[in-house]
Amino acid sequence: MIRTSETMYKYLRPDKTFPHVWCPGCGIGIVMGALVRAIEKTGFTKDEIVLVSGIGCSGRMSTYLDFNTLHTTHGRALSFATGIKLANPELNIIVVMGDGDATAIGGNHLIHSCRRNIDLTALIVNNNIYGMTGGQYSPTTPMEHKASTAQYGSIEKPFDICKLVEACGASFVARSTTYHAKMLDAMLSRAIAKKGFSVVEAMSQCPVQYGRRNKKGSPVDMMMWYKDNSVSNPAFKKIPPGEVGEQFPVGILVDIEQPDYLERYSKIVKKACGDKL
Amino acid sequence: MKRHKDLLLHGNEACAMGALAAGMRLFAGYPITPSTEIAEFLSVELPKVGGTFIQMEDEISSMGAIIGASLAGVKSMTATSGPGFSLMQENLGFASMAEIPCVLVNVMRGGPSTGMPTRPSQGDVMQSRWGTHGPHPIIVLSPQSVLECYTLTIHAFNLAEKYRSPVIMLMDGIVGHMWENVQLPEKIEVIDRPEPSVPPDWYNPYDNLPGGEIVPLVPFGEGYRYHVTGMVHDKSGFPTLVHEEVEQCLDKLIYKIKNNLHDIIRIEDYMLEDADICIVAHGSVARSAREAVNIARNEGLKVGLLRPITLWPFPRFHLENISKRVKMFVVPEMNYGQVYGEVLKSCPKRAVRVTRVDGELVTPAQIMEKIEGAAL
Repeated sequence: MIRTSETMYKYLRPDKTFPHVWCPGCGIGIVMGALVRAIEKTGFTKDEIVLVSGIGCSGRMSTYLDFNTLHTTHGRALSFATGIKLANPELNIIVVMGDGDATAIGGNHLIHSCRRNIDLTALIVNNNIYGMTGGQYSPTTPMEHKASTAQYGSIEKPFDICKLVEACGASFVARSTTYHAKMLDAMLSRAIAKKGFSVVEAMSQCPVQYGRRNKKGSPVDMMMWYKDNSVSNPAFKKIPPGEVGEQFPVGILVDIEQPDYLERYSKIVKKACGDKL
Repeated sequence: MKRHKDLLLHGNEACAMGALAAGMRLFAGYPITPSTEIAEFLSVELPKVGGTFIQMEDEISSMGAIIGASLAGVKSMTATSGPGFSLMQENLGFASMAEIPCVLVNVMRGGPSTGMPTRPSQGDVMQSRWGTHGPHPIIVLSPQSVLECYTLTIHAFNLAEKYRSPVIMLMDGIVGHMWENVQLPEKIEVIDRPEPSVPPDWYNPYDNLPGGEIVPLVPFGEGYRYHVTGMVHDKSGFPTLVHEEVEQCLDKLIYKIKNNLHDIIRIEDYMLEDADICIVAHGSVARSAREAVNIARNEGLKVGLLRPITLWPFPRFHLENISKRVKMFVVPEMNYGQVYGEVLKSCPKRAVRVTRVDGELVTPAQIMEKIEGAAL
């Protein structure tokens, strides 16, 4: 316990930016804790890490952590991160986005980052709602669920973020939840170490804007729901399609080796320079 | 000055060559007429000089990528036209607010909307100033020739680095696609990013230094960990809503440009000393205006030309001074009168406009028509 909080403290910016903006019971703090432990495990120094975030509740994470931090515009975090990576490939770049941030307004940047296989780590905090703006429905709000702009229930089919990024060509895809905090930091450290575009979806409760409207109970109840409905990926594959219900797979879903964008670009450099290299 | 041999270039190519000469090493863009030749040229040349070219998924991400690259210490640029320029406004505002040096080339085409992709225009004069929301500083340059596409692009990078600001190269479709024989200057001043003068612990990336000195932007990864945001921030870069800090943040943005107008603003005048009538024209239209001055002088009319090379900040004080000497202004533009409005604001003297929005260049004859009409 003491060891964990010492690690946490080492990476926070306590003088500048606290108290934080997150509501009581919010899961983003748990995700931030997992990210810190993952980075600690990888052994990179603070100077070697760039944390880029978008706009929204999760976007504030970049304010609180003591790295090179960039709080961008809504949905555009991946494009800023792409520029940083191309300009300085030595830097390890982690991009934190919310579900609306990454899959609605930033959907185009997400699918193309996957396709391009640029060496970034995308951490998508999925709380199924636009929290900061007051609980509007997002591309991951389940059908029939209520939101401040879906008072009669959402009629739009939600994205499965992991399936989406897998189809677009990401090299590493994993999912965990705030209940599975230890698994989350394991997934994140794997993702950071992975060459190529990696995505970790962190399912995270929003008791105030999402849970309350949809009678999901307390923050603990919401985390227990993650526990009860998550299934390890190998076990999930064995469930007959008709019996899946609300269950979802957690753990590593995709882990493939393929050349990343910069590796391919180095071939262009060789061609462009002819015999000079 | 020692010069290279003559080169036959078009404006877009010269702009791209200027960017390389300025040390630009990352280009991110999205294809759009009439700017695409810049991207095409750089996709070939950047890999040869250790630079990176990337074609992004849209103009929004192109602007994002060049901001990211600049934060990592690499001079960066994007190029676009009308609709793409509209998409870039969001992140252009970010670059203004977060004070990130970068260069955006807008080769203007006929608008609004898809408009006339293959026809030139000067319809984005106001968008280049006010396209992104909120009060923000911006520097906009307008070249009139292929040579200037080269020299002003280098100047644009210098201003971007010096003032930690995005700079827009506002070209028009004629200048971008025009071919000219040019002699590129062999040596031209290039300003690189200065080193920080303080150790990391003392570094405040948005500090208000005495005398308006601008804090160097230290690239990410060099041990100066700091926060960059599009939110209103204090001197350390963290968001603030404290009234005094909000005011300081926004004032500083505006005054770093306002207090340096003498350094930033470039104009060119032609036969203005004894002129009764002053034509104000920029970009390709300035070429027609110059010819109109020659014709008018042959007819015994005292006409001169003021050409804003720096379009924004607008050379208001120059106009005010000239307005003391001349009887009227004639403002030809390939739009309905965007610079004309600024001329009216700057001087109480009579001003007439010559507008053209059909996708053709304003001709010297059109300008002469107004001058002769006014002279009667």
